Amino acid sequence: MKYIYDLHRTMQRNHIILVYEGEFNQDITKSVLAMAERNMDAYGEDNNVKRKVFNVMVECLQNICKHAENYDKNSNAKNNAVFMIGKQDMEYFITSGNAIPNSAVPEMRKRLDRVNSLDKEGLKALYKDIIKNGSLSDKGGAGLGFVDMARKSGNKLYYDFEPINQELSFFSLKTVISRDTSKD
Amino acid sequence: MNVLSLEGTEDTPRIILDKANNIFEISGRSLPEDSAEFFQPVLDWLDEYQKQANPETNFVFKLEYFNTASSKLILDILSKLEDIKGCSVTWYFHEDDEDMEEAGEEFSELVDVPFTFKTY
Repeated sequence: MKYIYDLHRTMQRNHIILVYEGEFNQDITKSVLAMAERNMDAYGEDNNVKRKVFNVMVECLQNICKHAENYDKNSNAKNNAVFMIGKQDMEYFITSGNAIPNSAVPEMRKRLDRVNSLDKEGLKALYKDIIKNGSLSDKGGAGLGFVDMARKSGNKLYYDFEPINQELSFFSLKTVISRDTSKD
Repeated sequence: MNVLSLEGTEDTPRIILDKANNIFEISGRSLPEDSAEFFQPVLDWLDEYQKQANPETNFVFKLEYFNTASSKLILDILSKLEDIKGCSVTWYFHEDDEDMEEAGEEFSELVDVPFTFKTY
């Protein structure tokens, strides 16, 4: 039973305030959002910070719902993934991890690198270009999630791809949102 | 013309499209699971309305939050409004919500419809 204590200590040490592991869908998304909102309300978090955290969370959670693959052979779930929110003195961090097909990795890497290479004005231009000229994918995504996460957070998106097997890679993503409301 | 009226939920906005009372409003939160499906009735309603529009149409957006998939559909709605004579948009944002103000400004730059900005 010691793993429970270990897990709790690990969460405390890494300032993790919420973890969800398992299948993701719209109902789970709503529940996770409601928990995070209640947590931020309880601490009297600044409205602007709250809105930005909410915003990044939605894009992150809906990305998982749309794109995550199931890689647990013992489960029939549509997908399985992990989602975490951490809170430190100066920032929130929102992290997710899920399996995606290896074939999708190069294109995602390209899109993330492009987003990370742009400044505020560049991101705005990219956003307007995609919203005007793009169309919704068959999964209902606008192709704007990463751009929006970078714009709202004002920070780079940290990411990693870890090979799982011949078909799948584990995609980890971390977005940092400053709690310092004195700067833009 | 039929009134299109939807109660808001935790992930979908409140919508009222009422020609007789000249009320056209989308408000609240918009992060539906399938934004294209959710907003299709609005687009269909506007197609019908455009054929017999009131002399003046002020379309009100009073959104607290919308996700990126919804933003694409909001642009589709605004594009429909471009074809309606005498149409204008009032974009409300919470007084300390710069991101929502900026989102409205960006939409106003993408379509040819006059925008008025108001805080709540």
